[in-house]
Amino acid sequence: MIPLSHYLVVSALLFSIGTAGVFLRRNLITILLSIEIMLNAVNLSFVAYGRALGSVDGQIITFFVMTVAAAEAAVGLAIVIGLFRHRESLNPDAFTTLRW
Amino acid sequence: MPETITFYVLSALAIGASALVIGQRNPMYSVMLLIASFGALSGLYILLDAPFVAVAQIIIYAGAIMVLFLFVVMLLNAPQEDGAGWDRLHPLRQPGVARFGLLLALLLVTQLGWALARSTSLDQGVGVLGGGAVVSSVRELGRVLFTDYMFAFEATSVLILVAMVGAVVLARQEGKS
Repeated sequence: MIPLSHYLVVSALLFSIGTAGVFLRRNLITILLSIEIMLNAVNLSFVAYGRALGSVDGQIITFFVMTVAAAEAAVGLAIVIGLFRHRESLNPDAFTTLRW
Repeated sequence: MPETITFYVLSALAIGASALVIGQRNPMYSVMLLIASFGALSGLYILLDAPFVAVAQIIIYAGAIMVLFLFVVMLLNAPQEDGAGWDRLHPLRQPGVARFGLLLALLLVTQLGWALARSTSLDQGVGVLGGGAVVSSVRELGRVLFTDYMFAFEATSVLILVAMVGAVVLARQEGKS
């Protein structure tokens, strides 16, 4: 029998790793991957809480989070492609001007 | 007891692979490691008696979203983070400031750990054999999704349509009519 707190600790660690990735990495694709890690950490705690409270609502919300993650990945990657066409770089520090 | 061992192995796999994702300089390796992390997470969902979420995790995340990422990584063909001269002189690159993100993440870990330590009633078991009488069959999931969450479901379909149109517009070649 695994306590609920163990799942929450795993979720918290994954979320922190995602946060560190967003702040530390200098590559737009890796930053988007870190956001996916954070969304998955939240999914894990939703499912764990749903299981502990005896409700299916946690799993339902997980599906909505997955859908939002898919939409975010599609739009985010389209923006990354557009930026790369302009500057030939994936470093977020290369995009310091709003128009060129 | 095998359930406990499985939980710790899968958790270590998920956390280790995620930590390696942000440690790689090559985004191709990052995407591959993230797929491993998602596989371990789907094992955790099975431990939590949520098989449909586990399958959706594999199909949607590892199957669709990660392939999209992989496709873009190969399309752009810019595997390494560039260390150009202007980049080394960037104000955010200076020592001290550069480790600010790590500091923020450690702060987040402290806050989350503090909140977890203060919470009560977290020691009840959640596992295949634990907890209340949850019905995690696909039939029950579908019934709740199409009755209680009907509006959110329809709004999600509009969201996907908007995202699709937005991606096409953003990635379109300029200069063509």
